Amino acid sequence: MSVSSPYGIRLRPPMKSGPGRRSSPLHWRWTDRLALAFAWIAGLGLCAIAAAIVLYMGYRGVQYLRPSLLVSRPEVSLSQSGSGGFLDPVLGTLMLTAIGIVLAAPLAIGSALWIAEYGRPTWLARIVESSIEVVAGTPDIVIALFGLAIFQLPLLAPFSFTASGGGVFGRSFLAAGSMMSLIALPPLFTATRDGLQAVPDHMREAAFALGKTKIATIRAVLLPSVRSNIATGVTLGISRIIGDTAIVVFLLGDTPRLEPQGSAPVTGLLRGTGSTLTSYVFDNSPAGEGGAPQKAYAAAFVLIVFVLGLNLLVDRIGRSHADANGLNVAGAVV
Amino acid sequence: MSPEEMLLDPLRLAAEAEPERIQPQRRIHAAEQPGQGPVVPPVRTIVLDRAPLPAPPPSERASVRTQLAGAGPERLRLEEVSIDYGPKQAVKSVSLSIHQGEVLALIGPSGCGKTTLLRTLNRLTELTPSASRAGRIMLDGEDIHELPDTTLRGRVAMVFQQPNPFPMSIFDNVAFALREQSRKRPRRRELEPQVIEALRRAGLYEEVRDNLDGPALRLSGGQQQRLCIARAIAPRPEVLLMDEPCSALDPISTKTIEKLIGELRRDLAVVVVTHNLAQAHRIADKVAFMYLGDLIEYGSTAQVFDEPRATRTRDYVGGAFG
Repeated sequence: MSVSSPYGIRLRPPMKSGPGRRSSPLHWRWTDRLALAFAWIAGLGLCAIAAAIVLYMGYRGVQYLRPSLLVSRPEVSLSQSGSGGFLDPVLGTLMLTAIGIVLAAPLAIGSALWIAEYGRPTWLARIVESSIEVVAGTPDIVIALFGLAIFQLPLLAPFSFTASGGGVFGRSFLAAGSMMSLIALPPLFTATRDGLQAVPDHMREAAFALGKTKIATIRAVLLPSVRSNIATGVTLGISRIIGDTAIVVFLLGDTPRLEPQGSAPVTGLLRGTGSTLTSYVFDNSPAGEGGAPQKAYAAAFVLIVFVLGLNLLVDRIGRSHADANGLNVAGAVV
Repeated sequence: MSPEEMLLDPLRLAAEAEPERIQPQRRIHAAEQPGQGPVVPPVRTIVLDRAPLPAPPPSERASVRTQLAGAGPERLRLEEVSIDYGPKQAVKSVSLSIHQGEVLALIGPSGCGKTTLLRTLNRLTELTPSASRAGRIMLDGEDIHELPDTTLRGRVAMVFQQPNPFPMSIFDNVAFALREQSRKRPRRRELEPQVIEALRRAGLYEEVRDNLDGPALRLSGGQQQRLCIARAIAPRPEVLLMDEPCSALDPISTKTIEKLIGELRRDLAVVVVTHNLAQAHRIADKVAFMYLGDLIEYGSTAQVFDEPRATRTRDYVGGAFG
């Protein structure tokens, strides 16, 4: 079995895995076998649950969703056939998402830049990071309650409807959107910060070595490097906003239709109330008023399509960025 | 003795075939015996299985070097430069002068301070909060610490170990270096000649001329590094610093870049940090050998490699430690 090399050194034959090696789970300890079985069951079980949700909602959605529902406005009616469609909740969802992201993005990207590129003094950086963690960990209903307390202050009366007696209503797209930005901020912050921290230091030094200032480096090198991370964070933030109900019920008024306040075209709408798909689903489901359960299913289907679409988008952004720039995932430069 | 047994003992086999090759080893072993002659430090002995290769013919590079030797004006002068990181002294009172038309290679084992010294020449060490410096560095007679750092870094450019093009097009990578801070953004048409000139000097233009707007990160590693060189030389610096510019590249790209360094030094002073002694020998006109923060030896390449004055240098270039 020996192989001799031209230099007269005898090489050992390659090692074989003998019969003593535990190669099959059948030879494992029973606890290990149990753990392996559990891991398989857990993984497959989650697949089954996800499939069940999507398939059931898909089935119900196909059963009840009519294109006319997407373009007709809701009506207040006791019978399901007379309750109209859910155009207003769809528009409400889109508006609220836009407001939330427009408010959250500069805050999140700015604080991520500060943490990753400045971050001095260290104790302050630590406080900032834990504050964002606190916001991320606060239940949305607590944020909603806090928002209501804030926006009912007389000082903030211009942001929502004020009753003739001077009572501040505290519910509007602006109020709900600003609290929604707190929901969207943590994922956007984390994605941007992680992206910046993955940019190797020699990239920054290369820009400094060309005589660039720190701010020019951030603008021309770092922000473009983390474009895909920001896009991922924005998409995650959007899906958080789309999925939230508590803030809508507390701060958007949850009126079936968009109800502008005053006659100004844009500000009236922003100061007005409305609803979103999530609150529409809740209101029309048997758990809410239960007026139109079939429409709740149809709206839930639209909601799930939105969110799955966004997830696909996150995936595509990461991948196309990697393809376009020869980067690996998360924008890290190899 | 059966052939099988002979195979087990190549040393004996070699000894029987050519006994004189084994002699030096025996002698050293004898000297190591206690009480027998002087104590000789342990030396790794190597039994050659074939005769050593003949010395390589003088390379093309070496001949270019001798043609260009005899450098231009002095660009950088270091006067007793020391750099500390907190309590640790990384560079100890180094004085050097760097001339245009010359490639200076900084060599030495890891942690000897050569990269720190290189990064001090364009004040990148200042980015490390704990770093402090003593001594003077003069660029064309001006103290670099009296120049604004952005101006200095336009005049003393740098290329890094890892190719690091920015996430923008090839054109913009070079143009980025040319656009000055807080000035009106020049038009593409105004920058184009300078960008093309820089790409051409870096030997990259022919390869990318049809794809100037393509993403720079799609280029190969060697092309990316040449793009980084183009970016660095675009503002017409006086000194080019290179921190192991080839260590992340394949041999063919390395050869291209070494050739490029030879051409660039016509109008630049080049300082290269390298771990690769063969590379230092190929590309450098002057060599500075550093060890534990001290500049041990500085001289022409031929002198440092062939007639080193210091024992440390002789051991290092001879491969005794590294």
